[in-house]
Amino acid sequence: MNSFSLADCSTVEAALSQLKNGAVVKAGGVDLLDRMKNGTDTPDRLVNIRNIRELRGVQATPDGLTLGALTTLAEIADHPTIRAQYTILSDACGRAATPHIRNVATIGGNVLQELQCWYFRSAEFQCIRKGKDQCFAFSGLNQFHAIMDYGGCPSVAPSSGAVALLALNATIELTSAAKGKRTVAIKDFYVQPDANPHRFNVKADDELLTAIHIPKTAPGTRSAYQKYGEKESHDWAIADAGILLEMDGEVCRRAVVTMGAASPVVRRSTEAEAVLTGKPITRDTARAAGQASMTGAMPLSMNGYKVQLFPTAIYRTILLAAGQMERDPSAAG
Amino acid sequence: MATHTSHSIPDALLSAAADTTDASMRTATMPIGIPGFTLREEQRTMPASEPPVWPINKDLSYVGKPQERWDGAAKAAGRARYTADVQLPGMLYARFVNSTVPHAKVLSIDTSAAESFPGVKSVHVIEKLLGGAVLRDPALEQNRYPLVRYVGQPIAAVAATSPQAAEDAAAKIKVTYETLPFVVDMNLAREQNAPLVFPGAADQAGTAGGGGSASGIPQTGNVHGPAVRKQGDAEQGFKEADVIVDAHYTTQVQTHSALETHGVVADWKPDLLTVYASTQGTASVREELAAYFQLPMSKVRVITEFMGGGFGAKFGAGNPGVVAATLSRKAGAPVRLMLDRQEEHLSVGNRPSSDQRLRIGAKKDGTITAIQLISFGTAGCGTGAGCAGPASNLYKWATLHVEENDVFINAGPAAAFRAPGHPQGAFALEQSIDELAARLNMDSLDLRDRIDENPVRRVQRQIIRDSAIWKSRNPRANADAGPIKRGIGLSQSIWYRHLTMDSAAEVRVHKDGSVEVLSAVQDIGSGIKTVLAQILAEQFGVPPAQVEVKIGDTNYPVGPNSGGSVTTASLTPAVRDAAWQAAQKFLTSVAPALGAKASDLTLTDGMVRSTSGKFQPISFRSAAAKMDTNQVSAQSKRIPDYDPKKYDTYGGVDVAEVAVDTETGRIHVKHVLAVHDCGRPMNPAGVISQINGGVIQGISYTLFEHRLIDPNYGIMVNSNLDKYKIAGSYEVPTIEVQLTESYIGQSSTDASGIGEAAGIISAGAAIANAFYNATGVRIRQLPMTPAVVLAALNQPQPQMEAL
Repeated sequence: MNSFSLADCSTVEAALSQLKNGAVVKAGGVDLLDRMKNGTDTPDRLVNIRNIRELRGVQATPDGLTLGALTTLAEIADHPTIRAQYTILSDACGRAATPHIRNVATIGGNVLQELQCWYFRSAEFQCIRKGKDQCFAFSGLNQFHAIMDYGGCPSVAPSSGAVALLALNATIELTSAAKGKRTVAIKDFYVQPDANPHRFNVKADDELLTAIHIPKTAPGTRSAYQKYGEKESHDWAIADAGILLEMDGEVCRRAVVTMGAASPVVRRSTEAEAVLTGKPITRDTARAAGQASMTGAMPLSMNGYKVQLFPTAIYRTILLAAGQMERDPSAAG
Repeated sequence: MATHTSHSIPDALLSAAADTTDASMRTATMPIGIPGFTLREEQRTMPASEPPVWPINKDLSYVGKPQERWDGAAKAAGRARYTADVQLPGMLYARFVNSTVPHAKVLSIDTSAAESFPGVKSVHVIEKLLGGAVLRDPALEQNRYPLVRYVGQPIAAVAATSPQAAEDAAAKIKVTYETLPFVVDMNLAREQNAPLVFPGAADQAGTAGGGGSASGIPQTGNVHGPAVRKQGDAEQGFKEADVIVDAHYTTQVQTHSALETHGVVADWKPDLLTVYASTQGTASVREELAAYFQLPMSKVRVITEFMGGGFGAKFGAGNPGVVAATLSRKAGAPVRLMLDRQEEHLSVGNRPSSDQRLRIGAKKDGTITAIQLISFGTAGCGTGAGCAGPASNLYKWATLHVEENDVFINAGPAAAFRAPGHPQGAFALEQSIDELAARLNMDSLDLRDRIDENPVRRVQRQIIRDSAIWKSRNPRANADAGPIKRGIGLSQSIWYRHLTMDSAAEVRVHKDGSVEVLSAVQDIGSGIKTVLAQILAEQFGVPPAQVEVKIGDTNYPVGPNSGGSVTTASLTPAVRDAAWQAAQKFLTSVAPALGAKASDLTLTDGMVRSTSGKFQPISFRSAAAKMDTNQVSAQSKRIPDYDPKKYDTYGGVDVAEVAVDTETGRIHVKHVLAVHDCGRPMNPAGVISQINGGVIQGISYTLFEHRLIDPNYGIMVNSNLDKYKIAGSYEVPTIEVQLTESYIGQSSTDASGIGEAAGIISAGAAIANAFYNATGVRIRQLPMTPAVVLAALNQPQPQMEAL
């Protein structure tokens, strides 16, 4: 790891004033320090925001919820209102990483963590994401890589929180010294690799992710998230599924199906959603939705199994959300 | 002597013959066999100086009773001082510079920027590299610097006043390479025009933990082999067979991934080189340092107070040891060199892969007429990928034909790894035996009863047969209808009685009633400290926690290097003998004050008694106050086994219950029943702990662990503990251990080892056989990840095996 200076800030204003000349924000530090140890990130200056109290905590608002950016994944996973009304989010935050990591990892950091790809995360490989013109995954080892929407970079979206936030239609609040606050819908927050391989979200370097707003869920909403890895303890998702169902009695009025670990940006499957909309949730419709989610899948040389895994992850999570199935023993936690 | 030949434990470790010319021999009756099953008595002849024969465990006070770890509190409270905790005055911190390319000639190394870097005290460029195979004809490669054969190969090192300065300075060393074509895929390396890892034949010596290969083996291209063993005419054996099972198995490379990385603190002083090492062999580190630096053994001291795991990869000083010592000598200050996790994956050992074609021919009654195993495996730029141990030694066969081949690739050299070759070999053999049972329409336990003559395994199979888990097994494969299918399978394991006579200890008794034991042996986590405390407790009647155990220091009497499951079997008789002799000296020392002759005194259950009833029994502590000197002591070394003609193997039978999720490809191991023997279990809690660990490591190997090297660049992509996947707490099943206490009448403790046989060998095949029972599908590839499992389930299946 390179040497760096650390600016320890206790207010948002102080932190914003430090965000210049390549300074990098450190909150929980989980992902950033990994990348620094790997040598892929070598910032000269870190701005520690972990002690900014105003950025921590869950607030109920008339319109829904506001999550301070520094709220830990453990706090979200254990929050009674989130567990009751935004189950998909408590599920997602409660299954990320390990209990130790969830106690220090923040929701802001979870949303902002960099892509998962072992080439991208190695200092030895200078890839398309690092300003070069090459991807090493297509002809290399790609068993954990993307199967859809990858364009020139089949890395996968790492954030389990984002799988839930996308389904919940959250907005990201960004604050800068120059322009004050702005909000971006999470569906517009991440950048597709072909649009710009060098940016994976729209946050500018002088902006701080300060909060995440989540609108109230509609009456009859049921939701769930499940993460599938090669193992349950401390593993990255090889498939994860977020399901949000707005029910009118037995019939699904509106469905949202989100997927992580399938593509470089967390995605919705409109094909799967269409299968469920206007129909009762049954084993058959759930399975059909799972199958529909693979429309357009183009697996790489080593990850064809994901095309079989995602439909299972999705149908089982639909049934979990609908209260027709227990939490899957093959999923984490 | 042993019937096994395929694994490469040096002969020096095998039982030496007893010196039967000793005039002062006596004969004694010893318990033999398994209490509750086969317990009986046999006569053994032993030196008259040997202590009285111990009864079986139930009649002892401390030995054979579960004891908490002697140093458990220190470990739990963080007081235990591991190598990385050692802080010496003026100590420097060292970092390696490692190769970034998989195959290259090093043209130049510019260290000038590093040498002038603030805080740097010494820089060393490696000109003699340790580890890996060595060319038979060194003239084939003549260069100032060792040829780079893998990414991560150490090239130079820097010592500086802070870890950060060392890292920053190391980054300033410029290495100029002339890169060469490389190969990291074993199958490609076998091809005729593959890039050559070595320009000629090369061999690697084994270590105390195994690994390496015999010398003089043929080599063609990158293929070092075959090492051939033929017994009888196997082709004729196959002709005589009624059934032939013929299958192909592959297993992956696993890295040791001990929690504590390799590392040392070296303190070079003109009169003594002191090295604190994370090692499985203080003796082996001293030997290598003395040889490398041409120092007398007496000028090298090695200390290992606590050790955080090695699994076979930590013998000798290795590159970290000699480089740290060199840096220390140059700088005139102590140097700490601990590897980071990436270096640990790349440069200090791994378990070789395997590619095995295994054919077994049998008669209708199960009698094996022929076994043929042709194996290839890669130990990187080393050798040691042989895996024929189980096929050669587990069952009775009429004919045997084994060919083992090492395939060189541009990857770090393998090292001995917990039961070298055996997890790979058993994964194949024990599946094929199950397949054979099905083809013969025999129960898999019945078939093993037919072909396995070992009396202990027979008892273990009976325990399995009578167990609730085995009785719950549906013998029909693929019986469950739903997507999640339950299955139960078993596998046997085998390991060998290895001993080293370089096992000695001193026992001291002090006038205040305190007792201590001293030996250079190191506790690698398996709990030898606790066992030594128990032996003294048994002798002196003092609770083990009050015994002082001083080990892990070459200043003490020589101790065994802990590899091949030798430690307990080798050292404990020496310790008991020393304790017994110290007790006799103690009685002599207190006899005058007690007004008795020493020959009238005994020390049992912590009391000194007069056989003739001269006085009321008094406590050991009170008696010690009457010693005529402040201290008595006795030193003893291991003597050969009482009956070395009896060659023993150890092992076990493990049953695994799995739930296979056929839609996600996940295998959940729910329950393992592990039935194992290790002679007399000295500390059953420690033995069970080792088996728990072996089972977990075996599950981890079977389902998750996999060293992945990018084929285009030769770089390991998962050289961390994030994407190099190891079983965690959720993956640990219910583990039920049943010890078959098995007395063999070989030494004053009659102890044996457990480390190798403890689950790691059998987990793979037990899970694979359970998978077959669950699904009706054979899975012959490790690790069994979702990708592998789904692919196996998607294959059109050959007709299901019967049963």
